[in-house]
Amino acid sequence: MSEGIITMAYLGASILFILALSGLSNQETARRGNYFGMSGMAIALLATIIGIVTANYILMIACIAIGGLIGLVLAKKVEMTQMPELVAILHSLVGLAAVVVGFGTFLDHSVVFSGVEKTIHNVEIYIGILIGALTFSGSVLAYLKLSARIGGKPLLLPGRHFLNLILLLGAISYLVQFVNAANDAQALNALLVMTAISLLFGIHMVLAIGGADMPVVVSMLNSYSGWAAAATGFMLSNDLLIVIGALVGSSGAILSYIMCRAMNRKFLSVIAGGFGTTSSKGAGAAASAGSDADVQAIDAESVAHMLLAAKKVMILPGYGMAVAQAQHSVFEMSRKLREAGVDVRFGIHPVAGRMPGHMNVLLAEARVPYDIVFEMEEINEDFPNVDVSIVIGANDIVNPAAQEVPDSPIAGMPVLEPWLGKTTVVLKRSMASGYAGVDNPLFYKENTRMLFGDAKSSIDEVLKNL
Amino acid sequence: MLIGIPKEIHAGEKRVATTPEAAEKIRALGFEVAIETGAGVGANFTDDTYREAGVRVFDTAREIWEKADIILKVRPPETHPELCMDEAELLHKHQILISFIQPATNTELLEHLSQSGGTVLAMDSIPRISRAQKMDALSSMANIAGYRAVVEAAQHFGRFFTGQITAAGKVPPAKVLVIGGGVAGLAAIGAAKSMGAIVRAFDTRPEVKEQVESMDAEFLMLDFEEDGSGEGGYAKTMSEEFIRKEMELFANQAMEVDIVITTALIPGKPAPELWTEAMLETMKDGSVVVDLAAEMGGNCKLTEADKVVVKHGVTLIGYTDLPSRLAAQSSQLYATNLFHLLSDMTPDKEGQVQVDMEDEVIRGATVIKEGEITWPPPAPRLYAVPQKKEDTALPTSAGKAADSAPGGLKSLLLLMTTGLLLLGLGAVAPAEFMSHFTVFVLSCFIGYMVIWNVSPSLHTPLMSVTNAISSIIIIGALLQISSPDGLTSFLAAFAILITSINIVGGFAVTQRMLAMFRK
Repeated sequence: MSEGIITMAYLGASILFILALSGLSNQETARRGNYFGMSGMAIALLATIIGIVTANYILMIACIAIGGLIGLVLAKKVEMTQMPELVAILHSLVGLAAVVVGFGTFLDHSVVFSGVEKTIHNVEIYIGILIGALTFSGSVLAYLKLSARIGGKPLLLPGRHFLNLILLLGAISYLVQFVNAANDAQALNALLVMTAISLLFGIHMVLAIGGADMPVVVSMLNSYSGWAAAATGFMLSNDLLIVIGALVGSSGAILSYIMCRAMNRKFLSVIAGGFGTTSSKGAGAAASAGSDADVQAIDAESVAHMLLAAKKVMILPGYGMAVAQAQHSVFEMSRKLREAGVDVRFGIHPVAGRMPGHMNVLLAEARVPYDIVFEMEEINEDFPNVDVSIVIGANDIVNPAAQEVPDSPIAGMPVLEPWLGKTTVVLKRSMASGYAGVDNPLFYKENTRMLFGDAKSSIDEVLKNL
Repeated sequence: MLIGIPKEIHAGEKRVATTPEAAEKIRALGFEVAIETGAGVGANFTDDTYREAGVRVFDTAREIWEKADIILKVRPPETHPELCMDEAELLHKHQILISFIQPATNTELLEHLSQSGGTVLAMDSIPRISRAQKMDALSSMANIAGYRAVVEAAQHFGRFFTGQITAAGKVPPAKVLVIGGGVAGLAAIGAAKSMGAIVRAFDTRPEVKEQVESMDAEFLMLDFEEDGSGEGGYAKTMSEEFIRKEMELFANQAMEVDIVITTALIPGKPAPELWTEAMLETMKDGSVVVDLAAEMGGNCKLTEADKVVVKHGVTLIGYTDLPSRLAAQSSQLYATNLFHLLSDMTPDKEGQVQVDMEDEVIRGATVIKEGEITWPPPAPRLYAVPQKKEDTALPTSAGKAADSAPGGLKSLLLLMTTGLLLLGLGAVAPAEFMSHFTVFVLSCFIGYMVIWNVSPSLHTPLMSVTNAISSIIIIGALLQISSPDGLTSFLAAFAILITSINIVGGFAVTQRMLAMFRK
C-alpha cells in the first residue's frame, strides 16, 4: 500500500476520533461518537497492518487477540463504582507502552539520523520515555490508592519540593548525557537511569496528593497519557499519533482545570500535594460553629414522612454513596417518590466522587434518567424552592464554610447550597469531617437533620417507610 | 436538684411550664421534678399523668417554692391570690427562677426579685442566635399566637376564608393583611393561607420579603428605600417619611381587605400605631382586626386589651393570652424550650446546673445572678471571629505570593518567552519537525475547542474513550513488530499486547457506560 493511502487513512481516522470526542457533548450523540471512535481505530490499525507490517503476523495477531480478550473481560466485569481504578490502570498501560515503544525506537537502527535531526530525534525519544514512565508509575500508584490497597492520605516527605527539583535536574542532566553519548551503551545507560528517575517522580507526585484531589490526579494522568502518545508520535514522525496525543492531552488538561476550578484550587498546589494535612489545623475556625450537642438527629421513618410531604426533593450524592453502593436504593427511593408526585432531582458537584463525572455514571447505572440529573450550576439557584435536600455521603461539596468562613481551607470553593432550602437531611456514618479535614457547619444549621448510619441501609430503611 | 413547677396564678392563664413528656426528659438529665397539684389542668394534663412520668405532686405552692432548687414558670412573678404575697418574695437565696420576666418593662419586678439573692433567668432574654433557637420561647409562643390569631379572626368573621363556587352562588375568598412578618406574622400567613384566604403581608425589613413569598403570600412593597432591620433580628423605628408612605399603603389596603392581623412590635417600646381610626371607618362592615400588640398598647389605638370590641362595624380582637388559648400546644413547646435550656446548663447530666456566664446564651438569659441585676446583657456577638493561627500557612502561600505580581505583566512575559523559544526552535529545527509541530499545535487547539463542549455528566466516558484512543500508540509498536531484531520485535509485541487491552477495554467500557444513560 502506498504511503499516500496510509496517510489518507490516518487523516480519516483523526477526523473520526475528533467526531468521537465531539459526540460526547450530549447523551444522544455520545453512543454514535463511540462508534466513530471504534471505526477510527479500526481504520488506523488496518492501514498500519496492511501497509507497514511485513513480518511476525502470528505474534502480532496473537498479542492483539489476547490483549483484546483481557480488555473485554475487564470492561464487562468492572463495577461502576470501580471506574476510577479501571481508568487509572488503563492509563498506566498507555504509559508503559510509550516507554516500551521508546526503547524499541532507540534500539531500532533501520533509520539513521545525523546532526540536528539526530539531536531532536534523541530528545523526542527521551521525552517520550520520560512522560511514559511518569504516567506509568503515577497511574499504578493512583490505582493502588483508588482501590484502597494503600492509604488515601497524602504522604508528605520532608523537603518534597526540593526532592522534586533534584529529580528534575537529574532528568535534565541525563538528557544532556544521553544526547552527547559517544556510543549506544552509554546512551542506553543514561536512558535507563532517567527512566528510573521518572518512575520515582511519578510515584512521589501521586503519593503526595490526598483523597479529595484524586479527580484532579486521574484527569491529569489522562492528560499525561495523551502527551506520551504525542511524544511517541514525534519520535516516530507519525502525525496520527501526534494528533491523537494532542487531543487526549488537551482533554485531560481541560478536565484537570475544571476539577481544580470546582475546588477553587490552583493546579500547581494540587500537584505540590498535601491537601488533607496542613489545612486541618485551620479547621478549628469552622468548628466554632457548634458542637455535637447541636446536631439534630432524625430517624428513617420521619425522613420518609418528610419526603412524602415535600413537593420538591433534591438528592445530592457524594463519594459515600459510591462506597456504600447505595445508588440502586437511591434510584428506588427516587422512583417511589416520583410515583407519589414528588418532583425529585439530583444535583451533582463537579468533584463529587473520585473522578470527573463519577456520580453521573453511577446514577446512570442505577437507571436514573439523565434528564433529572443536574449540574451544580444548573440547580444551585433553585434551592430556595426545594422542600427537602438529601445529602448522601457528601461533605466538603455541601460545606457552607466555603462561603462563610473566610480563612477556611476550602474558602471560595463553589459548593451546593442545600441550606437555602427548607430542610436538609444529611446521611452520614459519623460526625467525622470530609477529606479536606474541615468541619461542616451545615450539620449544625437549624434546618438540618442528621440520619446516622451506612448510606445504603439508611436509604433502605427510608424506602420501607415510603 | 429538685425542679419545682408551681401552678400559674395569672387570671385565665392555662399554660404550665412542663408537660409529663418534658418532665421525663428533664429527669433523664438527673433532676427530680415536682409540680403543684393541678398545675397542668388548664393544659389538660392531670396530676396522674405527671405521676406516671415520675413527677412528684406537692399540695401547695408554698411547698414547691420552699423545697425546689429551680422554679420553672411561664408568667413573670406576681401577687399570689391565695398566699397573699408576691411570688418574688417566695424566691429565696440559691434558688433559680426560670420564667418570662420582660426585664425591659418590669424594672420594679427586677428590683424586687434581686432582693431575694436568688438567680433569675428570663426566657424572653435568650439571645436570638442559631444555637439558641431550640430554647427560643418567644418564637414558640409567637408561632402559636399567630396561628391562634387567624382562628380567632375566623370565629368572628362572618364568611368563608376560601373562595367557593357553589350551587347557591359564588363566594369570593377573604382577603387577609398581615402586618409584621416576624414569627407570629409568618405563622398567621401560613394559617390563613391554608384556610384558603388571599394573604398579603407587610414588613419594614426587606429581608422578610423572601420569607413571605416563600409562603405563597404577596409582599406589599413601598417605593421607598429604608432598611428597618434592627439589632438581633427585630425591627426598629422608621423615619417619618417612611411612616407616611406606609400609612398611605395601609389606607389603600383598608378599603380592600376583610381581615387585618397586626403583629408590629419594637422591643422595649409601646407598639407603633399602624391602623388608624380613619382606616377602621373605611373598612367593610363585618371585617375583623386582630391586634397581637394589644398588650403593648396596640397597633390600633381603639383595641382594648383582653377584649373583643366592635368599633365602626369592625370587630377588634385584643386578646393578649393567645398562646394560653392553645394551652396544651404552647405548654408542650415551652416545656421543650425549657428542657433545652436546662440541658445546656447541665453539661454532665448529673442534675447539677451551672449558670455559666461565659456561655453567650446563658449570659443573655440571666437577668439576676445571686441577687445582682445583670440586665441588660452585653450586645450579642453575631458570630465568633475565628483566631488566625500563625502556623496555618497553606502550601499554596508561595503560589499566592507569586500571584501578587501584576497579572497582565506576568502573562505578557510568559507569552514573550514562549514566543522567543518557539522562534529559536524554528531557527534550528528541520522542516519535518516543523510540520509535525504544526500538526501538534493545531490538534491541541482542536482538542481544546471540542472538549469544552463535552457535557460534564459524560466526563467519565470521556476519560475512558480518550484512554482507548490514546492507545493509538499501538501504531508505534506495529511499526516495530516486523523488525528483524529479536529484542525490538519482542518489545513491540509486548506493547501491542498491553495497548490492545486498552483499546478493547476502553471502548467496551465506554459503550457499556453510554448504554446506561437513558431518559
